[in-house]
Parts: sequence; structure tokens; C-alpha cells
Amino acid sequence: MTDVMTPPQPALFSIKGLHLSFPDRAHRPLFGAAPRIEVLKGLTLDLPEGRITGIVGESGSGKSTLGRVLVRLLAPDAGQVTFDGKDIGALDEDALRPLRRDLQMIFQDPMSSLNPRHKVWRIIAQPMKRYRRGGTRADALKALEKVGLPESFADRYPHELSGGQRQRVGIARAIALEPRFILADEIVSGLDVSSQAQVLSLLKTLAKDMGLTVAFISHDLSVIRHLCDDVIVLNHGEIVDSGPVQTVFEHPKSDITKALLGAIPRPEIDDSWFE
Amino acid sequence: MVDATYSPRPMRFKVRNLRLWLPLLWIATLIIAAVFAPIFAPHDPLAQDLMLERLPPFFIDGSEPGHLLGTDSLGRDVLSRMIYGARIALFVSVIAAFSTGIFGSTLGLIAGYYGGWWDRVISRLVDIWMAFPPVLFAVLLVAVIGTGLTSVIFAIALIDWTRFARVIRAETMVQAQMDYVDSARIGGARRMATLLSEILPNVLPSIIALLALEMGIAVIVEAILSFVNLSISSDDPTWGSMISEGRGAIHFAWWVLLFPLIALFLTVLSFSTLGEGLKKQFDPVLK
Ligand SMILES: Nc1ncnc2c1ncn2[C@@H]1O[C@H](COP(=O)(O)OP(=O)(O)OP(=O)(O)O)[C@@H](O)[C@H]1O
Ligand SMILES: [Mg+2]
Repeated sequence: MTDVMTPPQPALFSIKGLHLSFPDRAHRPLFGAAPRIEVLKGLTLDLPEGRITGIVGESGSGKSTLGRVLVRLLAPDAGQVTFDGKDIGALDEDALRPLRRDLQMIFQDPMSSLNPRHKVWRIIAQPMKRYRRGGTRADALKALEKVGLPESFADRYPHELSGGQRQRVGIARAIALEPRFILADEIVSGLDVSSQAQVLSLLKTLAKDMGLTVAFISHDLSVIRHLCDDVIVLNHGEIVDSGPVQTVFEHPKSDITKALLGAIPRPEIDDSWFE
Repeated sequence: MVDATYSPRPMRFKVRNLRLWLPLLWIATLIIAAVFAPIFAPHDPLAQDLMLERLPPFFIDGSEPGHLLGTDSLGRDVLSRMIYGARIALFVSVIAAFSTGIFGSTLGLIAGYYGGWWDRVISRLVDIWMAFPPVLFAVLLVAVIGTGLTSVIFAIALIDWTRFARVIRAETMVQAQMDYVDSARIGGARRMATLLSEILPNVLPSIIALLALEMGIAVIVEAILSFVNLSISSDDPTWGSMISEGRGAIHFAWWVLLFPLIALFLTVLSFSTLGEGLKKQFDPVLK
């Protein structure tokens, strides 16, 4: 139970009373605005600095929506989203842009998230250039090396890579900016088992080496158990369980967590994945 | 989730791909003929010689060796007029297609990417525009703004921009859903930069394919306007005016009508086949 012993870290993200809803276009009346469906119902949570927090829950429970609020692709309807002491919930795009360097994201589908018309090195270098943190080919090569891809990949197009390699490029792009936070939304769900293990262990190593704070969205509890320090369980837009992984997994408070834990564990995943 | 539609491949011309090569061959021939018209044309396209009127083409008795495709009612050399006609046809098609394409694509990109108010205004304009029958519209326009090549080009762009606007708007909307657009935002890109350096390269293949198609359309429109005497002065050798003149003499000099008609047909066919071919070359969904 080492987790319980470590002193509480200061929170990098601190979220209070987060509400978010989408317009329900299917039930739009003839006149007036469409009714809204509430997807996040007043979440309060902290993401401690330097730790990997897993976000789990059934499909549609609001995991991605929460993640997209963290990286501010979505704006909350109500509530505070405090990043590093600053409320970023209501900032407009111009005010957000300087902060975005610290708030990176790795996408579920690397084929769609890597521009098919750009070469790998350019995909990595472009954001670096925008934030004046280099952006030469050599800088891109360094980032590629960190994710274990040889130089020869720099001039390839995304479709010339395997799924696992594409996801490494996605990771390289995110870490090249030396951010403080990375959102990883189902980043291995499209990969075969061996690529999954490689990509996850790469993420873990990089996160620990760089002292990154990571929000790791997954519906796979066996992965969460091995990768994450903390976990948050979402159900219908509400947090039903949270805390250090071991605590939550050994003493689940909610039936939802118990049900998720009861779902077939994947015996092939053990700590050797992350060595 | 949308990625299944996504496996772009670099443009590669296979030797066996006749659907691309044949049109390209014909268009290359046209370009060479147009650029070097003074060298290739055996005669002055305007020179009349009433002693040599209505000479038949080379494969018919009574032809003159110097006039391979015969002469018209004023004794002008048909082949030379066709070669000079290619100049005008290509000039009009290139300039008209590019003006149309740039104007229409810009509006399509804006409507598809910025959505909202922009999209409502542009889409409504497209709908209104498309309610007019295009040829009638062209004839009316040129009749109002005056004849001449500039007017013809202007008329084509003014009528046909909707084709680009519609297709490019739809494609842009699809691309705007892709994660790479969110990625760019995460990576600090501004809206405009995202549109120009992320989305535009992905809709460019469609723009190119539409340009080819539009060139074919421009050739037809120019011919139609020449035919009804609304293009440049009828002395100038355009395929349309040749067809128009040849129509009057079809019973005694059918070649004056037939050869430019074939050239027109091949050119339009080539451009549209090329457009389709390019589209498929770029678009794995249609493959
Ligand atoms: N842009 C949107 N417009 C309307 N409704 C949306 C939108 N995005 C998400 N939703 C709805 O919000 C709910 C939560 O979606 P979200 O993507 O956050 O779920 P999730 O937990 O990530 O699920 P999954 O595991 O399937 O990815 C769903 O019911 C979804 O239909
Ligand atoms: Mg999701």
C-alpha cells in the first residue's frame, strides 16, 4: 500500500462542480432551442501533479467529454476548471493558445489524428515551431528517438506506418512540446495486443521520466491497474469512485466499480508489460 | 471512427491506366498545337482564297495537298483554323476553370469550415444560383456585359462557381470532423492556419479533379457562345464559330462542321475523363 503512504501531491488540475451538456438535436422543437442533455453532472476532482490518473466507466459515461474539457477542446457550462492555479474554464481561444503547450493530447485513432498529407517529421515539428521550441527536422528526429522510432520514419506519411508506429508518432508530437499534462483517450484500443503493451510501457516510462501528469481514459481495468496511480470511476456523468488504484480496486465503494471489476480481467496483462 | 474511409495514397500513374493516359495525350497534343500554332498551322487561319473554297479533306477526290482537312466556304484552311481554335479553347478553359475554381473553392472552404452564419449565407446563395438554367444564364450574361473572351470567361466563373462551392463545402465538412483538426488546435494552430495548412491539402485532390472537369465545361460554353455569336468576333477561328459556319454548308462541305466538332468532343471527353480519373486516383472510397 505504498500509495497511501506517499504524501499528497499538489493538484495540477482542480475541478469543482463541472457541468457540461450538449444540445439534443433529435428532440429539437419546431421553434426555440433544442433541449440539452447533461453529460457531466457536477464533477469535483483533483489530478495530482506527476501522477497517472485512470478514468474508467461504461461507454457513454462521459470519459471523453471530461477529457476534452481538461484539454479545453470543450468549455464547461458551469464549474471551475483550475489548471496550475488558473481558472481556464472560460478562457477564449486566444487566451488558451499559450496554455495549450502544456495541455497535450494523444488521440484514440492515430490515422485520423495525423494529417494524411503531412510527413511524420512535419507533424511533430509544426507545433514545436508554433511555440518556438525548435521545430527543425533535427528536433523532430530527437522526439522520434524518444518514442523508439528510427530516423527513417521521418519522411514517411502516416499511412505508411503500422498502427503502433502511428500511435508512437502521436506520443512524439505530444511530448515534443514538453507539456505538463497529457490526455490519453483510449490510445491503444485500436491496436493489437503486442503493440498495446509496447505503447503503454512507452507512455509510462516517458510520463515518469518527464514528470508528466497524465489522464488515461480506458474501459480496460486490467490496463488501468498496471499503468495508473489513481483512478476515477465515472457513471452517467458522475464520479462513483476515486482514489489510489489499489485502494479502489481492493475496496470498491460503488456497485458500478464492482461490476466493472467483475468484467473479464485480461490475464495476459501483468507487470512485465510495463518493464 | 471515421478513419475507415482514410487510406490516401500518393498519386501514381500506372502505364496501363489508359483512362488517364489517353485524355492526357490528347490534351498534350492540343497544348503543343496551341503553343506552336504558327509553326504547325500550314496556312494563315484568316487568309481567304475564293479560288480554293470548299476543298474536301485529303482522303476525298478533288483535295489539294496543302489543305489536309479541306477549306471552308471562304477558302480558309480548316486545319489551320482548328489549330488556332485550340489556342482560344485552351486559353478560355484554363483561365475560366481557374477563376471559377478559386472563387468557388474559397467559398466552399469558408462555408464548410466556419459553418454558422457563413454557411447559411453561402449555401443559400448557391441554392438561388442553381435555380437558373446555366446556358440561358450564360447567354443572358454575355448579352448584358458584352461579347468578347473576357466576358465569356467572366460568365463561366459567375455561373459555375457553385459546382466548386458545393463539392468543396461538403468535403471540408468531412475533413473538419477529423481528429487532425483538433490535433492542430491542441498544437496551437490558429483557425485560419488550420484551414489552409491542414484541411486544404486534403481537399486539394477534389479541387484538381473539378478543375479538369471545369475546363471541359468551359470549352463547351465557349463553343456555345461562339455558336450563337456571343463570343469573340466570328472571323476569329474558334471551334464554336467553325461549327456554326459549317452548319450552313453541311450539305456541300460537311468537313467544315465535322472536324471541329470531333475536336470539341474529344477535348470535352478528355477533360471530364481526366477529372473522373484524378478523382479516383486520389479517393480510395471511389476506387
Ligand atoms: N458533440 C456531442 N454532441 C452531442 N452529444 C454528445 C457529443 N459528444 C458526446 N455526446 C454524448 O455525451 C455522452 C458521453 O459521451 P463520451 O464520448 O464522453 O462518452 P465516453 O465515456 O467517452 O464513451 P466511450 O467509452 O464510448 O468513448 C454520450 O451519451 C454521447 O452521446
Ligand atoms: Mg470516449
